[in-house]
Amino acid sequence: MIHQLTISSFVILPLLAFVISLLLPKSKESGFSMVAFGMISLQLLTVTGYIGYWMLSGSIPIDIPELELYNNGDYRFLLDLYFDSIAAVYLWVGSFITFLITRYSRFYMHLESGYKRFFNTLLFFYLAYSLTVLAGNFETLFFGWEMLGISSFLLIAFYRDRYLPVRNAVKVFSIYRIGDIGIILAMWASHHLWHENIAFISFLDEKLVAHHLVAHEGTGLFIAVCLLVAAAAKSAQLPFSSWLPRAMEGPTPSSAIFYGSLSVHFGVFLLLRTYPFWEHQLIARILIGLTGLITALIAYPIARVQSTIKTQIAYASIAQIGIMFIEVALGLETLVLIHFAGNAFLRTYQLLVSPSVVAYMIRDKFYHFKPREITLEDTFPKKLEYSLYMLSLKEWNLDHFFNKWVFGPVKRVGRKLDFLTPRNLMFIFLPVYAFGLLLYFNQEYIPMEVLPYMPALFGFLGMLLVFKAFSERTYPRLALMLVMANHFWIALAVSFNERFDYAQTQIYLSGVIVAGVIGYWALNSLRKNEPNHFDLNKYHGHVYEYPKLALVFLIAALGVMGFPITPTFVGVDLLFSHIHEDQYFLAAFDAISFVFGGIALIRIYARLFLGPHVKNYHPTALKTS
Amino acid sequence: MAHPVSFDLQHTLHELGHYLPAQAPLKDFVHHNTLHAFQRLPFHKAVQTASENFGYTVYWNLEKYRELYHRNKINPEILDRIIISHKSADELSRWRHLLLHSPLAEFSEPKIGQLRILWKKHFNLNLDKEVHQNLFRIISAYLDQGISIWNFPVESKGLVAGIRTLEKNSFSSFIKSKRARQLLFNNQTKIEDLLDVLVGNTDRYAQYLFDQQFAHPGWSGMVSVLENHPESLLDKRVITLKDLIFLECILEIDALDRRRGSNWSALAAYIPDHLPGILDAPIYSEIIEIHKLWQEAMEWTYYDQVIKGLQLGPEKEEKPTTTPPFQALFCIDDRSCSIRRYVERFAPNASTFGTAGFFNLPFYFQPEHGKFMTKVCPAPVTPLHVIKESESKLRHQKDAHFSKHTKGIFGGWAISQTMGFWSALKLAKSIFLPSETPAMVSSFHHMDPNGKLTVSCKNPDHKHHGLQIGFTVSEMAAAMEGLLKSIGLVADFAPLVYIMGHGASSVNNTHYAGYDCGACSGRSGSVNARVAAQIGNNPEVRIILGERGIQIPHTTQFVGGLHDTTRDEMVFFDLKVLSGVNRVLHEQNLQVFETALDYNAKERSRRFQTINSKQAVKKVHDQVKLRALSLFEPRPEWNHATNALCIVGRRENNRHLFLDKRAFLNSYDYRIDPEGTHLFGILKAVAPVCGGINLEYYFSKVDNQRLGAGSKLPHNVIGLIGVANGMGGDLRTGLPQQMVDIHDPLRILITVEHFPEVILKAIQTSQSTYEWFANDWVKLVCINPESKQALVFRDERFEVYEPITQTIRSVHDLDGLLESTGENLPVFLIA
Repeated sequence: MIHQLTISSFVILPLLAFVISLLLPKSKESGFSMVAFGMISLQLLTVTGYIGYWMLSGSIPIDIPELELYNNGDYRFLLDLYFDSIAAVYLWVGSFITFLITRYSRFYMHLESGYKRFFNTLLFFYLAYSLTVLAGNFETLFFGWEMLGISSFLLIAFYRDRYLPVRNAVKVFSIYRIGDIGIILAMWASHHLWHENIAFISFLDEKLVAHHLVAHEGTGLFIAVCLLVAAAAKSAQLPFSSWLPRAMEGPTPSSAIFYGSLSVHFGVFLLLRTYPFWEHQLIARILIGLTGLITALIAYPIARVQSTIKTQIAYASIAQIGIMFIEVALGLETLVLIHFAGNAFLRTYQLLVSPSVVAYMIRDKFYHFKPREITLEDTFPKKLEYSLYMLSLKEWNLDHFFNKWVFGPVKRVGRKLDFLTPRNLMFIFLPVYAFGLLLYFNQEYIPMEVLPYMPALFGFLGMLLVFKAFSERTYPRLALMLVMANHFWIALAVSFNERFDYAQTQIYLSGVIVAGVIGYWALNSLRKNEPNHFDLNKYHGHVYEYPKLALVFLIAALGVMGFPITPTFVGVDLLFSHIHEDQYFLAAFDAISFVFGGIALIRIYARLFLGPHVKNYHPTALKTS
Repeated sequence: MAHPVSFDLQHTLHELGHYLPAQAPLKDFVHHNTLHAFQRLPFHKAVQTASENFGYTVYWNLEKYRELYHRNKINPEILDRIIISHKSADELSRWRHLLLHSPLAEFSEPKIGQLRILWKKHFNLNLDKEVHQNLFRIISAYLDQGISIWNFPVESKGLVAGIRTLEKNSFSSFIKSKRARQLLFNNQTKIEDLLDVLVGNTDRYAQYLFDQQFAHPGWSGMVSVLENHPESLLDKRVITLKDLIFLECILEIDALDRRRGSNWSALAAYIPDHLPGILDAPIYSEIIEIHKLWQEAMEWTYYDQVIKGLQLGPEKEEKPTTTPPFQALFCIDDRSCSIRRYVERFAPNASTFGTAGFFNLPFYFQPEHGKFMTKVCPAPVTPLHVIKESESKLRHQKDAHFSKHTKGIFGGWAISQTMGFWSALKLAKSIFLPSETPAMVSSFHHMDPNGKLTVSCKNPDHKHHGLQIGFTVSEMAAAMEGLLKSIGLVADFAPLVYIMGHGASSVNNTHYAGYDCGACSGRSGSVNARVAAQIGNNPEVRIILGERGIQIPHTTQFVGGLHDTTRDEMVFFDLKVLSGVNRVLHEQNLQVFETALDYNAKERSRRFQTINSKQAVKKVHDQVKLRALSLFEPRPEWNHATNALCIVGRRENNRHLFLDKRAFLNSYDYRIDPEGTHLFGILKAVAPVCGGINLEYYFSKVDNQRLGAGSKLPHNVIGLIGVANGMGGDLRTGLPQQMVDIHDPLRILITVEHFPEVILKAIQTSQSTYEWFANDWVKLVCINPESKQALVFRDERFEVYEPITQTIRSVHDLDGLLESTGENLPVFLIA
């Protein structure tokens, strides 16, 4: 009982503080910092006390089935918390750093116009952190994981009236979401592997794991690779690395806590958490180790050539995390935990004192200047030296990698659907969808050879719509409707698989419809007020004049993308459980459209509401700032 | 290739250099007029031109003015007077209505960038996005002063030469397109050739380059500054604006070729005929006019009180009956304004003086073990002397967190698991118990107070880097004479004359140089103060001074000192030379200074909203001291924020006024300078220095996004020379938001106590000085020393000014008033 109460409180307390901070009036600066600091101090105390108590009572991993969100007999969505040594270390380090940063920011953020927003987001982040760290199953972990993604977006775009922070926030959010494909597919595959929503504590049962893996070796490896993708994205390993330096757009303490220390170590956390699952899969271990090794080798020279302090720290940290991947792959759990804590503290401090580097280094130069020091690379053959230098300066083209291979092609596909407009969408969408429904209710007329392909076909259609939404330049409302439409296609596609309760589809679509209607209303009223500044071709910064509308739309967009505030979130998982084990294509299409739908919605939000304001009756920022 | 003469590259480069931000690398940060390029025009016209061409916001928000009006901070009577004087009495009601009720209107679309958007419009290509990232990376890596561990690998022979070498000898490259590579490798390629490919119409070349460079004014400005002042980099780099433009054009051609293949052509065909050129003169704009009237009304609401206050000064010359216990020279700096008030309060018979804080001694300072010399005089002055330090015991501590080993693979691995935990403790300590760290900047560490300085020149032929080491006796005497005469201290010397330099301390502050003494090129004023005192004590110098009418008694001794404006602490130098009597006197004075510092800290604390100003004096002072050591404190002190005044005249005539730390005070006695020669010397420095500070604050306040550096909280240090937001941004120039939060954008009012014809003659001595006054970049008011009549300098002549303010309130409980509010206070009479 005491375990359940305390461990639950580690999530409930931050939640409470977050809600209170939302309700406090904007003018009371000290209110936010007091709530945040009070909460985190209490949390740090209880965490420390509890860890001591837990260790004295034998350090036995604890699983707490917390809250059942849905249960229909064969499917159960459960919020589940889990406490073991990994959770203990992550929770303590996270609480301690948050404790320091909260105190730090209280003064540092003083008089900043987004004071309230900063503390709201910080508390939201900490809530997401605690939830992820304590997650006892994939569903709970994904819950926290998604929240991290959003809080990260909000912190990077903290200076929302400037172009680069907003662009980079969208960029980082997009790469995060790409990584999320890994988690979604891992969840889907593990449903089929275990035939239930497996709790992490079950991984400790070696026999159970071995038993399942023997029968499904391929699925096991598939899950491991998916986890690696998710972990690599979150921890900025190759090929995802370039997002980390670009995320350093918020106030320095937020960069320090988020990208210097806590958030960036979540990939390592995910691997540690699932280690018992893949430790006997040699290929998985080799892949993980190799990812880390290559990342370390490439990030190191990149760090060496950086001429800006924060990017240098970022790449140095990426290299260290690469080594942590190797350590995890080697099974050195304790070493990883020490390395994580040390690296987190070190980088936090380095980022926080980074502005001092000018005075310190200039003084150092003044007294100890040596013209042109010979570096290691100077001993290389010139051509090799220059090539390596140029490559490192270009960050090995990592930043272009995703544009070229992922986002570019998606946009090109989406542009093929440019004939769609808000006016004709209904005329095209409704008949086609009606035809799909007709087929669904009259499956006996569909030839047996074609029937198995129907779900994937519909899934594909849905995905195309999302791609169009993602590449839309002119009509914001169209983009929103396309993302909604995709959910309907997914529902239809999955329905073909087996006859199941309509209630499940309802759970899934109800959230989409409610949120979608609200979102549509928000866009419509913006369009009515700003007909000349209403497209997706550039950033408009309407949040300056319509802060409330922006918030409403953001919440609606989160609902439409299946963020854990609407039943859609449960529905996504539920529907995925109905995708068969052999329907790789359908699963992939659905996962991709789920992920790109989210990106498309955030893109609408960012382009309409964020960025330099289009009106210049007040100072606006230059695009390069 | 032959080029028509309509485009003159040299001229365009020169123009660009003129209009780009002229901000030096961070270590040499000195305040200057942000819009110095427009100084040839009258203020309002200049800012309108700047606004319409470059898109700057040049006045405060309309809503802000209106709010001030409704809160009675803009005087309605003055507003009416301003409208009438600029328009006419008939139009008063119409303009008043416009000022108060016209809706917020957008300013016209700036002329800059109009050519550049054509790329996006016609070729659907965001050229900035394609080019900037690589361009910034390259220049930043090339200019880097010590952040990167692996430096730009080609010895510095110029940017383009370096890139050529790299591109020729590498498997990887920035420039992929064949054409761009050929253009780069061909040594004959000129910028005109590149512009021919890109623009194709010689008439628009200049405008294109303006668009291109003003898309990243920070970097271009930095390059231009470094081209003209290569000495401001410790690690020298050869760089020119021309090279930057060349490289950027190549990168643009490359990007267009890569993205569009052969499917693009020069812009010429797409440029609309009516597209306005850059730097065309502005035409009448009502919205600008409205802002202008508000601005003047806001300024004169304050000026009016000040003028009235000065007129209420002592009627008769009061000859002091006793010799003052001490005299103290402070810097003209506005931060000395309040400390002087407290020194005078706790030592009512003492007198204080204000003068530029290099104390008329321009020289370079060469600290012992230093590899370079530091200039410690106003930025435009080029010194001919160097003062060397010896026997210094000062050592700077190291901090492993800045070590390059933490960035390595194995180093990082070992360090993160060991020192990483130490960082956690250090961080906790610095948050809960801030203390001195190696990362901080301390004004007291500029010079070792126990070291020796080579003040007097032993042998004029012995040069150090072409500079004379120390001053000869006649040079010393001339400097001292100039100093003392300009401030009017020529008789009645007290036993102790303090010469106080000032400096600031802070941590985590990239703009630290801007907090130190502006008259010492952004350095602490300790060396100058100490040298000045040593010169004043030199018996040979005193003999010469005596011959020139300045009799300094043997009993009088000069003491150099330093006031740390952040911590409100003082140190005094070379106390060993004091006579026994003076040592005792100094001990007594020390208590005055201590008390004054405590009270000054308390007064400053009213502006620090995180300190409760109502606590006991000592307690407040302790908290103020901590600000200089706190990593998390973006405002260690307010520096020059709220500055609005410069008063040139005898202290006796403004000592009765409470000016709320808003005034630069320069002591000056018109009686010993009937011709105005010293006055010229003062105004020559005051206009650009105080005016420069004032206007930098003004513009950083009204447009913190484009003319200021934005919030400093997300700043990222670039190559130790500048700051940018995040990773890929342009360098930010101007002042960060945190320096100007409480500043009201008023142009500075300079009041001079002398006769109008002498003042006129003085300011007209030099054209560059006169420009400041004639074009209204600073406002000038003459206070006739005999009649106290005020004359305002307008349209190049003095006109009588009758203040609307009738009475100035006198305050009895200043301390109580100060701790009760954090806002700007009006002028008061000190009861």
